[in-house]
Amino acid sequence: MTMPAISVKGLIKRFGDVEVLHGIDLDIPQGQVSCLIGPSGSGKSTLLRCMAFLEEASDGLIFINGEPLGYASGPQGKPVRLPAARIRAVRSQIGMVFQQFNLWPHMTALGNVSEALKTVHGVRKSEAEERAMVQLKKVGLAERAGHYPSQLSGGQQQRVAIARALALEPKIMLFDEPTSSLDPELTGEVLNVMRALAADGMTMVVVSHEIGFAAAVCQQIAFLDNGKLLMTGTPQQIFGKPRHPRLDQFLDTYLDRGAAMLV
Amino acid sequence: MNFDTNLILSIMPELARAFGVTMLTWVAGVIGAALLGFLVAVARRYGSRWLGYPLRLCVEVIRGTPFLIQLFLLYYGGPFIGLSLEPIPAGLLGLTVYGAAYFSEIFRAGFEAVPPGHVEAAECVGLNRRQIIQRILIPEMTMLVLPASVNMAIILLKETAVLSIITVPELTLVISAIGSQQYAFVESLFLLALFYWGLVELAGRLGRYMEARFSKYRFVTA
Repeated sequence: MTMPAISVKGLIKRFGDVEVLHGIDLDIPQGQVSCLIGPSGSGKSTLLRCMAFLEEASDGLIFINGEPLGYASGPQGKPVRLPAARIRAVRSQIGMVFQQFNLWPHMTALGNVSEALKTVHGVRKSEAEERAMVQLKKVGLAERAGHYPSQLSGGQQQRVAIARALALEPKIMLFDEPTSSLDPELTGEVLNVMRALAADGMTMVVVSHEIGFAAAVCQQIAFLDNGKLLMTGTPQQIFGKPRHPRLDQFLDTYLDRGAAMLV
Repeated sequence: MNFDTNLILSIMPELARAFGVTMLTWVAGVIGAALLGFLVAVARRYGSRWLGYPLRLCVEVIRGTPFLIQLFLLYYGGPFIGLSLEPIPAGLLGLTVYGAAYFSEIFRAGFEAVPPGHVEAAECVGLNRRQIIQRILIPEMTMLVLPASVNMAIILLKETAVLSIITVPELTLVISAIGSQQYAFVESLFLLALFYWGLVELAGRLGRYMEARFSKYRFVTA
């Protein structure tokens, strides 16, 4: 078996006294789309943010393509923080897409996508912009390159945000509820870009309420409830009957039956 | 008492000089206050707490006391601690420090108003702390604080009138002196009010123009 793209081992996350993830073990396979689903407050976004090192684990380890992210196992089994340069190197394999897009409002679409190439990687402006244009074309926004975020629709902004992450050629893309703040008629264009990315063989982890998308595009689904991983499996295993009673309840509460029946 | 326009014309040269002093103290004061205020805001946000606490105390004291009294203390009390300044430098220093206390609060609020997600996005693509401050936080904060900064500049313009009490030969001092020499209080005060109002109007317009130019950079709330 090949090495997992992401390997989460015994991950515990506490915010103050509140433990929100109670020891998660999860492998994200290479070249596949994995979806994290679960009710609000189940910890799925926190788990994803730990994978992006936006949250630091309270205990447990995360490996990206076999390399420890942020912390490695120390002498007494206590995790020890790695040097900043190593953390950056491992993080650079990961691209992140946020629910709120988080485009920088003072830069054009092209500026947003080319910024890190110029500032972090020292690529010449003309070359950085050329490479950024390739990514904007990929998300179908080449003709919007000169627009500022305030001049773009939500769906367009999210596609720019995807292009921004792709410009650094990550090995893994993380999506934190990428369509949750979009009008329903704009979710399609974002999901289409994500489908194309999946078809290209990108390793993706998606936190989503789009159960239809999860069922159709994901090869692996992980269902979280109350800070615990209740089950992982293929869409057929997860959505097929008999269902885990908690999952049934979740599908009842969070979806209209129609979407769940797509499976 | 008649309204004497000839009087106004005859005192023009003196007025022009006073106008120059007001403009100098205002423009230099605003620039100095904004720069110092920015440094204080950055030091309080990113510096150690041993720098942060005294700075916070200074800001609170300056904001909590009248400018008039600060200026008196600086000009008449300064020599006791070896700080003897001519009226204009003393006025400029007072205005700068006074304005900086307010500007630092405007910038502090500006830094806090930048959505944390914008910083996280920058971290995720590999920008380090310095690059995030330079490329993301400062430009975004500048847009956010523009309206409040224009407002502060307008307030500082009117505060330059207070410099008259330490004999800075600016508009208020010169015009009221002329008023008392000529027994023309109404004309002089009318003229004075007109001057300030005209300048404030100008500053306000400039501010609105800049806000309009920057509007395409405005924040989008998803």
